[in-house]
Amino acid sequence: MGYFLQQLINGLALGMIYGLIAIGYTMVYGIVGMINFAHGEIFMIGAFISIITFLVLGLVGVGWVPLALLIVLVATMLLTSVYGWALERVAYRPLRGSPRLAALITAIGMSIFLQNYVQLLQGARNKPLQPVITGGARFLEGGDFTVTLSYLQMLIILVTIGLMVGFTMLINRTALGRAQRACQQDLGMAALVGIDVDRTISLTFVMGASLASVAGLMFLLNYGVIDFYIGFLAGVKAFTAAVLGGIGSVPGAMLGGLLIGLIEAFWSAYFTVEYKDVAAFAILVLVLIFRPTGLLGKPEVEKV
Amino acid sequence: MHANHARTPFDLGAALKDAGLVAGIVVLLTVALVGARVQDISSGPPVVFRFDDVIAAALLAFVGRFAIALLRGGRPRPVLIAALAFALGLSAILVHGVTSAGPGLTRLLPFASPVINWVIAIAAWILSARAAWLQWHATSTLDAEAREAREARMDRLGAMVQTWARFFGPLLLGVAVVLPFLPGIDRRLLDIAILVVTYIMLGWGLNIVVGLAGLLDLGYVAFYAVGAYSYALLALYFDLGFWTCLPFAGIMAAFAGILLGFPVLRLRGDYLAIVTLGFGEMIRIILLNWYTFTNGPDGLSGIPRPTLFGLPFTANPPEGQASFHSFFGLEYSPLDRIVFLYYVILGLALVTNLFTLRIRKLPVGRAWEALREDEIACRSLGVHPRNTKLTAFAIGAMFGGFGGSFFATRQGFVSPESFTFIESAMILAIVVLGGMGSQIGVVFAAILLIGLPEVFRELNQYRMLAFGLAMVAIMVWRPRGLLAHREPTVRLADHAPGAADAAPEMRT
Repeated sequence: MGYFLQQLINGLALGMIYGLIAIGYTMVYGIVGMINFAHGEIFMIGAFISIITFLVLGLVGVGWVPLALLIVLVATMLLTSVYGWALERVAYRPLRGSPRLAALITAIGMSIFLQNYVQLLQGARNKPLQPVITGGARFLEGGDFTVTLSYLQMLIILVTIGLMVGFTMLINRTALGRAQRACQQDLGMAALVGIDVDRTISLTFVMGASLASVAGLMFLLNYGVIDFYIGFLAGVKAFTAAVLGGIGSVPGAMLGGLLIGLIEAFWSAYFTVEYKDVAAFAILVLVLIFRPTGLLGKPEVEKV
Repeated sequence: MHANHARTPFDLGAALKDAGLVAGIVVLLTVALVGARVQDISSGPPVVFRFDDVIAAALLAFVGRFAIALLRGGRPRPVLIAALAFALGLSAILVHGVTSAGPGLTRLLPFASPVINWVIAIAAWILSARAAWLQWHATSTLDAEAREAREARMDRLGAMVQTWARFFGPLLLGVAVVLPFLPGIDRRLLDIAILVVTYIMLGWGLNIVVGLAGLLDLGYVAFYAVGAYSYALLALYFDLGFWTCLPFAGIMAAFAGILLGFPVLRLRGDYLAIVTLGFGEMIRIILLNWYTFTNGPDGLSGIPRPTLFGLPFTANPPEGQASFHSFFGLEYSPLDRIVFLYYVILGLALVTNLFTLRIRKLPVGRAWEALREDEIACRSLGVHPRNTKLTAFAIGAMFGGFGGSFFATRQGFVSPESFTFIESAMILAIVVLGGMGSQIGVVFAAILLIGLPEVFRELNQYRMLAFGLAMVAIMVWRPRGLLAHREPTVRLADHAPGAADAAPEMRT
């Protein structure tokens, strides 16, 4: 029981990270209809900017953890979202209206470029970070297995829920959210009624990148070590989460992320750690075969 | 024409503001990742700062953006003077830095890395060339009209290349056949040639799937891996030779293709891409973790080399056996084996090409191309989409498997490290950049993407960086591929004879 509960907590925290990345995939896919393959690298860049900011803050002497966290959060969201913006501007906007395949190829090209860019600048070795947040609450101490809910996991869950609430409100209440939903339904029609489509798409990339950067920060805090290659696997898993939840649906992305996180945690706990990635891919294949629209997605109508 | 320049208004303020904005974005992009480097050693400071690089990048972005604005506004002369001076100065310092040791003038360089400095110098040269062009021709190549004209020009070039491919295809083939005997070809160049031809073959194999059938396969490396491991395991467990295993490896890979394709081929384009990507990774992870069977990350070594009708290419063959050189009474040369490998892969590649060219004319090949254009129309005409796609998938996979077993026998060693996603991306890039469905385009793209970086191995660090950037740049420049020119393989009969003069207008 205790072991099960512990895996549940671990899986939830992991799933929150995947969910945050998945939102970026799902929103871009919903509006532009392309797989932003480089989104995983944006997440990786977010993690790198976080570690650099942490180390610089340590050098400057900002020791108080909440303040440091806040500064890192703001810095990484700001700087990473510029990467998201530039990515769209340089690699995707010139190709709007081109064959789908062309956009996917530039996305792969950008992904390779960004990976090597970070590797070149920061070196290929693992970058460790001293644990920033330690300790946690313990439950079921008398039983056979003590369950720990670390403060870090609490923080991950709280921040993600906070971001989700804010984000949902942004989409449902603000003019930008309205424009995004309009673009999602029909780009051409949205442009006709006076929505600045270019700006909306740019802002979608900015939002997706800033959420991914928060995921990168949490990944860094959770695992304590990053390298330039983390974006690939996390990106594929987050994409799986977006498909699982129904691509184009924001709550679906979060749900899919949680499910992937839980499946990964339980698979590692009860089966084999080595094949946890295979499990994630197998789920993707199964979902696409049996329910291509995902859990919360709308069926796509094929027009002649 | 100079009066023409003067009449167009130029908004200096807007240009400066725009350049400032770009510089600001460059600062935001570079301040963390370029400006600070996380140190690997635990002693000393955890980060070192390199803000001079950030400042240099921002300044260059500002100046470059402003220069482009000047060009667009029809003011090429100041750009020409400034860019030329800058390019000359920078190149002079760089050449000076190469020829003479010691710091001296090199302190003036914008970046620490010489490669980046060279790139900047080349960019300045290109900028001055463009400014010179505008100064004396007064037509901008930047506006939409010129862009369309360029597109049309490139389309015509693509069409021309394909028409001419009939003639210089055999020429190219002739060069390829005599290549090992050309003067100046050493071991290293021959190795590069083998690599390029391997990728040409893989490109042609994938072209069946992507170019003809229009199925985006991001996990082609999985079949490559299946072929390589099939041969390696068959050879090591059952002591079989390369030529015996080659068909088996192909069949195994085709089987893997059918196994994957059967459930997933009804998915739409980009979903299919991701599923195949996932499949490629799954194969790699299984190879990595199934230690008792595949030897895991240590890989399999001691894979036998191919033989020429049973003649090995060794210096000292086992007692009672002839080797290549002793059988033909030649002096032993280690290069013989490399030359033989080159001809093996060339033969395999040509088989792939011939197969593709022929199958395009068969009903199944036509069905592939028809499916690529319109699946619904095909279905209503009685083409079974899944089975047709499945044949394309299986045949493409089979050639991947052949390529894989060649890889295994060439290296003599296989490990999961060789079958990462980047390989799939590389092969796909070759197919797409060459212009999907174009056989000759694959050759050019493979030479461009594999050959050039291999020749410039010294720039190893920047190789993949440039590779990714080239993928983006070529796609932005030519979204349908370098030599994209889609012409139906089969035409109505009245097109071919007599109507030759009308043909150019009929092209799409």
